[in-house]
Order: sequence, then structure tokens, then C-alpha cells
Amino acid sequence: MASASLLKSSFLPKRSEWVAARPSAAQPMAVSFTVRAGSYSDELVKTAKSVASPGRGILAMDESNATCGKRLASIGLENTEANRQAYRTLLVAAPGLGQYISGAILFEETLYQSTTDGKKIVDVLVEQNIMPGIKVDKGLVPLVGSNNESWCQGLDGLASRCAAYYQQGARFAKWRTVVSIPNGPSALAVKEAAWGLARYAAIAQDNGLVPIVEPEILLDGEHGIERTFEVSQNVWAEVFFYLAENNVMFEGILLKPSMVTPGAECKEKATPEQVAEYTLKLLHRRIPPAVPGIMFLSGGQSEVEATQNLNAMNQSPNPWHVSFSYARALQNTCLKTWGGRQENVKAAQDALLTRAKANSLAQLGKYTGEGESAEAKEGMFVKGYSY
Amino acid sequence: MATAKLSAPASQWAIGGRNPADLRRSTLLPAASPRRVAAAPIRAGSYSDELVQTAKSIASPGRGILAIDESNATCGKRLASIGLDNTEANRQAYRQLLLTTGGLGEYISGAILFEETLYQSTTDGKKFVDCLRHENIMPGIKVDKGLVPLPGSNNESWCQGLDGLASRCAEYYKQGARFAKWRTVVSVPNGPSALAVKEASWGLARYAAIAQDNGLVPIVEPEILLDGDHPIERTLEVAEKVWAEVFFYLAENNVMFEGILLKPSMVTPGAEHKEKASPETIAKFTLTMLKRRVPPAVPGIMFLSGGQSEVEATLNLNAMNQSPNPWHVSFSYARALQNSVLKTWQGRPESVEAAQKALLVRARANSLAQLGRYSAEGEGEEAKTGMFQKGYTY
Repeated sequence: MASASLLKSSFLPKRSEWVAARPSAAQPMAVSFTVRAGSYSDELVKTAKSVASPGRGILAMDESNATCGKRLASIGLENTEANRQAYRTLLVAAPGLGQYISGAILFEETLYQSTTDGKKIVDVLVEQNIMPGIKVDKGLVPLVGSNNESWCQGLDGLASRCAAYYQQGARFAKWRTVVSIPNGPSALAVKEAAWGLARYAAIAQDNGLVPIVEPEILLDGEHGIERTFEVSQNVWAEVFFYLAENNVMFEGILLKPSMVTPGAECKEKATPEQVAEYTLKLLHRRIPPAVPGIMFLSGGQSEVEATQNLNAMNQSPNPWHVSFSYARALQNTCLKTWGGRQENVKAAQDALLTRAKANSLAQLGKYTGEGESAEAKEGMFVKGYSY
Repeated sequence: MATAKLSAPASQWAIGGRNPADLRRSTLLPAASPRRVAAAPIRAGSYSDELVQTAKSIASPGRGILAIDESNATCGKRLASIGLDNTEANRQAYRQLLLTTGGLGEYISGAILFEETLYQSTTDGKKFVDCLRHENIMPGIKVDKGLVPLPGSNNESWCQGLDGLASRCAEYYKQGARFAKWRTVVSVPNGPSALAVKEASWGLARYAAIAQDNGLVPIVEPEILLDGDHPIERTLEVAEKVWAEVFFYLAENNVMFEGILLKPSMVTPGAEHKEKASPETIAKFTLTMLKRRVPPAVPGIMFLSGGQSEVEATLNLNAMNQSPNPWHVSFSYARALQNSVLKTWQGRPESVEAAQKALLVRARANSLAQLGRYSAEGEGEEAKTGMFQKGYTY
């Protein structure tokens, strides 16, 4: 069985023949390169499959130093490197975490850090069978000419950044851009978001990192679920078109969408079944089956909501792995339990494992919700949240 | 649980129940507001449910499409090949042979007709559309107006037919058609140019939206012609580019994916390429392309045969169905179903029965291929003869 090989130039018509044959006005040819296989193809596919393995999902712990500071402040701790190190050590060293967690997204500082015991954090993760990932964007800034919307920067120097992160042990990357429904969204904001993601994805793959593609459609707003559905369809159509134009290999990417829900200030709430119905419909209309995994963000839902919604989406087989990439929805109770005190580390790790296991069950469609605490049910939506 | 209403009219989705005009008057938008992303909801339209049902019926397991929508001129070529004149009576006789084949509906879920045939009857006066319905075969109709040269391209073509398409589709629906077909082409040796690909994709998307608006499931057919000496990797590259653009424009035109069917060409080397590809290789490349480009909402992918022999077309389809796919992967064959039939008939009334049997043989073979259970034992030589014609216009 022949395997797809890189395009040989010999079959292309010789330039002299082709030039002679065409009319005098210059006609641009469609791109003549093959979908770039690249040197990392096989590894990218393997990495993506490993992250998208049954019963597992991603622990997002890539809060910037400023945002991590907010987390620490909420339990009365100062935003020092030592405190950030202590917190991240707690998370990655939770025993058996790798049973439920297939990947962990890190912030740059953490990728180069060691645990309080002096062991490299990436090594701890690999030992836990957890792929290390790295946030590679450089944050959101105002988008000129838009309706007070944002764009995500980070393409400058991205190639060398990714190469360095790969050397340090990262195997997947993450880039989060946002789309705001109350602000339109404007066609400009959607185009910039989609194009930025596509360019980032191509560069990441070229440097050995599986790109997580994340256009977060913010929860803020009073709109109903149909409006979210409509905007999501537009955004994902554009994202996939530009990914294709940039010759990104779909078998080596992961998606991180927001679920299709009503806006946070919409008077009508939606049940997990409704969220699942709309979200699955979106996925079926926009996501080709070559994409191995769809890892949802929690974006302000409570820990339990995020788990219930994921569970509802996994009640029948899907053509892609449908899972989680949660930050707050995995860390909230854990953080509160820790409170910054060494003697609480084990209890905090247990809290993390509890949430990880719940979401693992949800990925398998087997979550029942027995025994969930009140803390876990508290919503975490913050209006105008910037992260 | 409240029923999810995906077809809410515009007034209902307006933010917080207020209409967009009120919103604009508030301070949210600056004086010169940037253009919003499409403000109309995905058009459900009055035919949504029926479109979904029609598409599902055509994409039913073990069944595929019989394409008999040859224009009068092309039908004339078929008749000439067996020594018959191109008269309406002969065209009627030939189509009657095909459409009155007993038991055809076991393997055939839809038949694409040319306009003349949609309005024709058997010599006994039974409408062809009724013959089809009787066999549980959906009547379909070719709605494009053919290929013409594309100015500014590299000697490439474009497909015309948008003018008056809405009323044409409405009429065809009244006559009993439930799906439509529009065939445009892309030529690998000629580039393809970005212009030709864009025009092909945009035309398909506009046609699809209009067809759905008038009750017809659109078959979306950008045929990447077999002509050329390019290898299979080049075909894959072009196919991926074409289908990416097609789907983007379908989305922009608010076409409902659950109510369309695709009619792609398989991913093969060019006809004049020195290396032939096995069915397994063709299946691998074609499935890779489909998985990269076709969202699972699309119910059916009905391949064209485009010059392959009857047996090749069946073997390739069979190879693609060796494991479950997220969409129905089937056939929409013209020459690859009709070739042996035509040769058996030769225009002789006494050969009609044998010719109908030949049709059933091919239809059954492709039905088995759709289920992944075909074996080529017992296939005749005629069925193995390739039907590629360089520069074929149809």
C-alpha cells in the first residue's frame, strides 16, 4: 500500500510549457505545495491521540503570573514565585493524576520550574504519563477598528519560541483568542481571531507542537442559546477554512471550544441536555472527523455544571474524542482546600483527583453526580473576566 | 426539558428579547458600527424536516443513486454507440427500460433525471416519477445549465444555471422531484487556477441554498476531472483545497448540512499517470480527504465514477467500506451502472429483459460494495473495460 509522500516536483508541467500554454494575462496558480507533511507529522498524530485518550482530559494550569496572583490572593497568599511553585507542585504531584489527566497546559515560568523537591516539573508530568503543554500566545489587546473587541498577539518569534519549548519537553501548545457576542461580534474580530489561530497552528506544527485551537466565545451577555449557536457556526467555519489554507494537518490538532450555552445574563438557563444538543449539533456541522479531540473549556461554569454538561455530550459515541480542558472547573475546590497550608496539601490533591475523576467519568458518559459538595456547584462566572 | 428550537425566527434570538434596532440605540455601538456577523439565524426554511428525511432515505444502507440525467445530446451519444437515432422515442424507450426494472429499489435509492425525463411517461402512460416512487426510489433532477468557458482562467470552465433557478426548482418539486444535482468541474492539468476553484465552489453554494429553499436536497458535485498525468498526491492536494472552499461557502450561504448530499470524485492518479493505484490505495487517500473535509452532519457521500470501468468503480467503493464511516459512503453512477445495460439492449425489444437483468447485476454489486461485502468473482470482461475518454464532455 503506497504511503503519501511529499510532492515530487517532476510531475508539475515545466514552466516553459505552462507559460506558453496560458493566455497573456498572468493567471495565479493554486498553491503547488502538498499539505506539508513536515518532519514531526507522526509524532504530532501520536501526541494528539495520547491527549485524546478515552477517559482522560486536560488540566489547564497555564495562568499567567498576574492571573495566578489572583488565585493566590483569593486564599490570602502573596504572588511570589515560591508560592506559584508550591501551588503548581501540589497540582502536578497529585498521585495517580495521570489516570484521568492526559495533558497539562503550563505557563512559561512553570515549564522551566522544578518542584519544591528540585525535580523538573516536566519530568514529574511525563512520569505521570501526562503530556506537558505550553501557552504560547502573548495575550489579548484591543483590536483597532472593531467594536471594542480584542485580538490575540503572539506570532512574532513564535517559531523559535515553540522550538525552545519543544526542547524543554513541551509537546503541545495553546493559544486562546476570544470573541464577544455583545460586541457584535464584528466580521473583523472573527476574521482576525480565525486567521491568528490558523497561523499559530501552522507554526506550532512546524516546530513539533500539537496546537490546541481555542477561539473562546465569551459567556458574557444576555443572548439566548440560538445566538451562541449562530456565532459559533460562523466562527468555526472561518477557523477551519483558514486552517486548511495554512496547510495545517488536522490529524495533529486539538480543539478547545466553548460549549454552546445561553449568555451568562440570559434569563433562561439551559439544562445539560440542551447544552449537549446544541453543542453536538455545532460539532457535527463544523468538525471533520480527522480532528482527534475536542477538549472543552469551562469558562466560568461551576465545577459540577462543567462535568454534567460534558457527561451529557458523551451519552452516545461521537466521531471525535469529546473531553475537557478545564482550569477553574478542576482547580477551584483544590485551591480553597489548600489555603496555602502545607498540612492541607494531601486533602487538596484529593480534591483535585475527585474533580479529575468526575470529569473522566463524564468523558465516558458515566458520571452520576453522587456526593458532590456545595462548593463544587458554585458558579464561577465573573462579568468581564479577563484571564 | 424544553424542546431545543434551532429554527427560532429572527425576532426571538434578539438579545434579551429586545430587537436589534433598540440595541443599536443604546450606547453599546459607536456611531459608525462595524458590520456584524450575519444577523439572520441559520435559515431553517419550511422544508427542513423533509430535506433531512429525503437525504436520509437516499443515504440508506446498501443503496445508492442511478444517474440517468444525460442531456439529450449526451444521451444521443449513448444511443449512437448502439446504432440508434437520437429521437425522443428512443430516449423514452431507453429510460423506460431502466426505470421499470422490477426490484431496482432494493439497491437504488434515488435516480437523477434530465428535465425531459421528469415530464415523460412510459409507453403505457405511467409517469416515470410514479414508477420511481413505486419502487421507493427518490426522483432527482439535474438543474444546472452546463459548462462554459471561464474568462480570465487557464482555459477552464464554469457551470451556469443560477438564473431562474428558484422557479425551476419550485416547478420540479411540484412535478415530484425531491433532490437536485449540479455538476461543475475542476481541471488539475489546467492549474487549477484559484479563480476556477472559487467560482466552482461559490456556484455550488449558491445553488445549494436555492435548492433547499425550494424543497430539493442539493447534491453538491465539484468533479475533479480524471484527465492528466498527475500522481495521486496531487489529486489529494487539489481535492482538499476544493472541498475546504466548498464547505466554507456552503456555511456562508447558510446551507443546512443535514439536508445535502455530496458527489465527489474519488482520489485517484490522473488517467495518464504511469502508476495505477489499487482500490486500497484509492480508499486510503479518498477516506483521508473525506475525514479532513466533511463534517459528520452530512448524511451521504455518493461517489461519481467518472470514466472508471464498472468493476473498478465497484471495487473502489467496496474498499472504502471496510470499516464504519461517520457518513454513508455510496455511489451515484451513470456509465458504471449503464454500460453493460446499453450493450445488452442494443435497441432490441426482445433484449429488454436481459438488459434489465444486467442493470440489477451492477446495482446489486454496488449495493454490496456499499456494505463492504463485494467480491469480484464472476464479473464479465465487458464490466472490466475502462470508460475513460480524454477530454470527455458530458
